Formats: sequence, structure tokens, C-alpha cells
Amino acid sequence: MQTAVIRFPASNCDRDALVALEKVTGRKPLVIWHRETELPAGVGFVVLPGGFSYGDYLRSGAIASRSPIVQDIKAKSERGLAVAGFCNGFQVLTEAGMLPGALMRNKNLKFVCRPERLVVANANTRFTSKYEAKSEVVFPVAHHDGSYYADKETIGRVEKEGRVVFRYTDNPNGSVNDIAGIVNEGGNVFGMMPHPERAIDPLHGGTDGLGLFKSILETL
Amino acid sequence: MKALVYVGLKPGVLDPQGRTIARSLNDLGFAEVESALQGKVIELELSGNDIVAAEARVTSMCEKLLANTVIENYRIEMRAE
Repeated sequence: MQTAVIRFPASNCDRDALVALEKVTGRKPLVIWHRETELPAGVGFVVLPGGFSYGDYLRSGAIASRSPIVQDIKAKSERGLAVAGFCNGFQVLTEAGMLPGALMRNKNLKFVCRPERLVVANANTRFTSKYEAKSEVVFPVAHHDGSYYADKETIGRVEKEGRVVFRYTDNPNGSVNDIAGIVNEGGNVFGMMPHPERAIDPLHGGTDGLGLFKSILETL
Repeated sequence: MKALVYVGLKPGVLDPQGRTIARSLNDLGFAEVESALQGKVIELELSGNDIVAAEARVTSMCEKLLANTVIENYRIEMRAE
């Protein structure tokens, strides 16, 4: 399976994502610069990496979400392309309107950087099928703007449709309902603030993140 | 001409920065401060002189980029200067 990682100015987890994807697929992912206007044919899974794209100017992820390549990814995601955004990538997905809600300044106003315990809230998605339902995993978090917010009606709908995929067990940022990660209606676009791509090697302190990549790649 | 765009959080959206500012003012003895809302101002220098048309364009800029309408409101002030 050909995968791709999008690189924005000031992405900084792009390499982590590349290593994770190559480890699981055995094939080097493509690196796509944000000024590109079209994904190469044959790409089946795209990762929007963590970092501080465009210096987080205006709002985290706002400028990146308006870049040419993201318009193409958005159009293709509406036809089923699998996409995941981690940390800044999640912010880009919400800013692009590919996932509902927004990521706001952490409630305690602090940058939070630590291993974070999560519970798999829905193991019946394309991104979590390799996990046991309700099992716990540890992924690192490292963000300042990770407080997930959406209006009541949106939260109600996302909850009812089982689209909350991961929840924090010890909410680090004030996210509504301890939401750490969600999928879109089609189940093919996923975003989360924690970093599964930084939990794929024993030297990372754990390999809980591998299940996520294995889950989605198996469906392609 | 100039457009001043004020962007701020919608009422009801948690604003920890505003709350911290209000608390800090209280600590400085300004007990009358009940709340603070922190937003931003974006000043745009615009070419042309049709203010009505320009304001419509700036509204479109707000919807497309300057504000995230999931969480933010915006207000536009046009100046002929």
C-alpha cells in the first residue's frame, strides 16, 4: 500500500509518521510538500503530521488547512480516501471542516507534554479494529491547543454515532467529554491530539501506537 | 481604505485566557471586573474605494479564513481613510 505524509512549513512529526508507516507497510511513504495541488495516483492513506504548521499563526492549523494539497485531500476524502491527522494534523482537519469541532487553548493554559493514558472508546472503527474494546493505551501528548470543543448538538451527534474513538482517562487539556480522537461520518477520516506515531518502538517507551496503523492499513 | 476585523470567542465557549485576565485584574485591585474576553484585531489595508463592495469581500475573508465560525464571532469596521 502506498502511503503519504504531508509536509507543511514547521511540521515536526513528519519524520515520526514516515518511520511508523514504513515500519507497518514495509514501503517508503511519499513525502508531499504542501504547495502540491494533487496527491499522486495510488496513494491509499495520508497522514497530516504534528508540528506547528505556519508557526500556528492566526489559529493552530488554520493556514495549513487552506493549502492547495489539503483541498485535494478533502475532495478525495469525500470519495473515501483514508486520512489521519495527529496533533497539529487534527487541528488542520477540524480547520478544514473535515472533522467537526475545534481545538482550543488548553484549559489550564499550559503546554502539556507527557505520556497519556487513553481508553479505546470505539474499537469498531477502521482505525481501532486491532484494539480490544475499552482497552487502555499510552500515547504521548505534546500540545498547547488541544482542548476539543464543539457545540452541544454536535457533541451529542458525534457521541450517538459512536464517533468518539479515544478518550483521556486523566483529561490533560479540558476537552469536552474527555474526547481525544474522533472519526468523520464516513469513518475514513480520523484525528487525535495524542501521538500514536511516537509509540511504535520499544525505545519510545511503548508500542501501543502500532495497532492504529495496522488497523487502518489492513482495511485498504 | 481600511478594514478592522475584530475576532473573538462566541458567548458560552470556554475562554481560560479571558478568565485568567479577569482574575489578574481582580488581584490588582480592580474588583469591578466581572469578566474579560480576549480576542484579536486584524487590520487590512485595501485597494479601491467602494466601501460597500469591500465590506462584502471582507465578510467573505472572515468566513473563509480570518475567523473559525465554530468557536468565533467577528465584527467588521470599515474606514475610508
